[in-house]
Amino acid sequence: MEITKPALAGTLESSDCQVTVEPGDGKIDFALESAVINQYGNQIRKVVMETLNNLGINNVKIAIVDKGALDCTIKARVEGAVSRATDHFENNLWGGTGK
Amino acid sequence: MNPNKKRLRRTMMFLNAQKPGLVKDPYIYNPDSIMLDLEDAVAENQKDVARFSLFHALKEIDYRGCERVVRINGLDTAYWKEDIRCAVAGGCDAIRIPKTESPEEVRAVEAEIAIAEKDFNIPVGRTLIMAAIESARGVMKALDVCESSERLFGIALSGGDYTKDLQTRITGTGVELMGARQNMIIAARAAKVQCFDTVFTDLDNMEGFRKEVETIHLMGFDGKSIVNPRQIPVVHDIFTPTQKDIIFAEKVVKEIEEKREKGIGVFTVDGKMIDIAFYDGAKRTIELAKASGVYKGEL
Amino acid sequence: MINAVGRDIPDEILKQTGKQPFMGNHHFDGYEYKKDGPVTKCVINNTDSKMVDNIREVLVKCGIKDGMTLGFHHHFREGDYIVNMVMEQVHNLGIKDITICASSLGKAHDPLLEYIEDGTIVGIQSSGVRGKIGQAISDGKLKGLAIMRSHGGRVRAIESGEVRIDIAFIGAPTSDDYGNLRGIGGKSNCGVLSYSMVDADYADKVVAITDCLVSFPNFPAHISMTKVDYVVVVDEIGNPDKIATGAAKPTSDMRKLMMADYCTEFVVNAPYFKDGFSYQTGVGGASIASTVSLAKVMKERNVRMRFGVGGLTKPMCDLLENGQVDALLDTQDFDLSAVESVIKTKHFRISAGEYADPFNKGAVVNKLDYVILAALEVDVNFNCNVVVGSDGVVTGAQGGHPDTAAGAKCTIVISPLIQGRIPAICTNVTTVTTPGESIDVVITDYGIAINPKRQDLIECMKEVDLPFKTIEELRDIAYSIVGEPERVQFDDKVVGIIEGRDGTIMDVVRKIKKFEFSEA
Repeated sequence: MEITKPALAGTLESSDCQVTVEPGDGKIDFALESAVINQYGNQIRKVVMETLNNLGINNVKIAIVDKGALDCTIKARVEGAVSRATDHFENNLWGGTGK
Repeated sequence: MNPNKKRLRRTMMFLNAQKPGLVKDPYIYNPDSIMLDLEDAVAENQKDVARFSLFHALKEIDYRGCERVVRINGLDTAYWKEDIRCAVAGGCDAIRIPKTESPEEVRAVEAEIAIAEKDFNIPVGRTLIMAAIESARGVMKALDVCESSERLFGIALSGGDYTKDLQTRITGTGVELMGARQNMIIAARAAKVQCFDTVFTDLDNMEGFRKEVETIHLMGFDGKSIVNPRQIPVVHDIFTPTQKDIIFAEKVVKEIEEKREKGIGVFTVDGKMIDIAFYDGAKRTIELAKASGVYKGEL
Repeated sequence: MINAVGRDIPDEILKQTGKQPFMGNHHFDGYEYKKDGPVTKCVINNTDSKMVDNIREVLVKCGIKDGMTLGFHHHFREGDYIVNMVMEQVHNLGIKDITICASSLGKAHDPLLEYIEDGTIVGIQSSGVRGKIGQAISDGKLKGLAIMRSHGGRVRAIESGEVRIDIAFIGAPTSDDYGNLRGIGGKSNCGVLSYSMVDADYADKVVAITDCLVSFPNFPAHISMTKVDYVVVVDEIGNPDKIATGAAKPTSDMRKLMMADYCTEFVVNAPYFKDGFSYQTGVGGASIASTVSLAKVMKERNVRMRFGVGGLTKPMCDLLENGQVDALLDTQDFDLSAVESVIKTKHFRISAGEYADPFNKGAVVNKLDYVILAALEVDVNFNCNVVVGSDGVVTGAQGGHPDTAAGAKCTIVISPLIQGRIPAICTNVTTVTTPGESIDVVITDYGIAINPKRQDLIECMKEVDLPFKTIEELRDIAYSIVGEPERVQFDDKVVGIIEGRDGTIMDVVRKIKKFEFSEA
């Protein structure tokens, strides 16, 4: 999938994270701001990279402001932002065979 | 029959499916069920991403035995079919249909669930249904709704929309909900499904809440919708059988099982006439007592 | 050298400080020493005034010079103006290499950052620090070692002569012209002056700073004129709204209420819950809620408390008001209800030394049955961290945590299992402030762990309906939800020490390293 426009998902509430994506320059640019970066920075990056990989995204600038989100929230927010940036809301990311 | 159809559902806690802070560990408050909401709690401009949150929450969070019900968007919206697919793929236990007014609506949801179960390799019949009644028409159709699907485990009153439809409002006295409650519990019992009462939104009025729960408990309701965890212990407390009830129920169950083998139909326990019709009620008392942590016997 | 809580204390730090590694709570029991004494300048004449026009002038009169140690108290909490006011003048005089020995410092003292950076301040000794000072220490900006010591430990350090305070500044809500000081009666009331009492006794020069001068005698004095050299009147010593806040609204957060209920259930089932028991609690939402729910059970079961200690808040003062406790022993007041309660006959002011000093002939904490505390982190050895954030930055205070935990018969720590994404129960705390041997019970929203060394408590809780788990189980639950945290990346440089209450080294604080992603 190709990121065609900037998009954002998530909030700055506790336990959430805000993910911004915009068209990349040929690679994945990853930026993270988090109060738990020391303990979970590597884990967060791993989850983000896996999620992008699953979505087939390899050309994006992605910036995350994390407020202590769990992995499931990080995945959801990355998918949400990518979905908005690709106008692909109906895509069945849960792996279904529906429409 | 799906064994979960009759499970204990004293409390069903409402949670916005895309609020991570709410969704991460509601089980510590011990609700019997949680309801992850895609409908009213999710703002229109977040509908497009709320499903991602729901899906990963269902997939990754261990809700430690709490039943996970998903409230989908109304059948008059563009969202409901994908809501079902997402919820079923995530492995939810049940779908809650808002604004139900007819058995056809339940069957439409049932059909979508069946397709999704097949698509996502979920055992067919695993996903249950509950129907929320939110209008005068819904109340009048309650029995038909209750009997519409093998997957349907119960109906729930949604008082806010219902009272608007009735051209009144929530007064705190319960007078405006009297007819709906009566009609719905009777319909649910006639169809042998469960019946749940509406939310109580005045969080600071714990005394009023307790009174309302006492009322619906006596009316025969199986449980209540919950909007704040503080309400949970109150409901569980009121739904906890008394020691006297438990001891009696235990005797009834044991005696019926024993007498049945001997072919005796009617007998007395503590001076009361007992027959097989008492069995289910007594079993339910024991189950409630167990769930409430007050029964340590061998049944 | 590895100390009694398993922390490696570098030899050069032991050498540099002349301190010993922590060897257990009672290692120094029975230790004999001769107390230090202050230099005292007598006032025999009846003509001279103690009144000085301003802080600059009083600094000069006190002979301020490079390398001195200045004492401060934190009764004004985040509303304090005194420390900044004094340090501004010290800075203006061009004085360098000052060590601040405060009972505590907070975000209110962020302006000191400038003086740390320019060498005015080279040493900080405090119960704790927050905000910019904490960040500066963790960034290695402070020239000397920061020393974090408990309230009892500070008194010990001063009385034993380990720390000599050259000039002590005592912000006083009221003073007369001869230096009789009270914590009440002015516009910036803090209730008591407990932490300052040791400064008044042991500092060479004692300066009272007030914004409410009253006529002589300001009696009963909380600190006597016999110990005060000078009195300075300023416009404002602090911000009253931040000194004593309105009583906190009882929490409606179900998680905190649940933990409070667990706590009360534990307290009433422990063997110490009987007529005449004693109790102390902190100011966290769950701690306050547990005092409220305990009061209810005390009433139902007709059990009276003999004395309550604090760190006082409204719920504790309500016990006195309602006749449920015989006496309150007060070291600090957190809200207006507590300040107003100070004048009651059964509300007694005590000094920080009486409260918690391990090196006197017995402190109040030793008579405590229960203390309810909080913690940033607790590890599987029950060691607690209350000073260093999980991100490695100094951002909290020991307060009386190690003192009360060591003294009380039943020490209960309440903490939600997960804060943000940080597991409060972990394998190894970032920094040890209170040793696991002091901690008896940890209460979380996910369950309760009793320290295995308290088999007696485990035994008497056998029939109690509470969600008991082992501490390892709690950690495992936390890790299963948030993932196992990586260790914070520190530099080798030691920037501070966590001092045990007996003056030994409990742990060291290292300079923080900027986070870098590992190679993917």
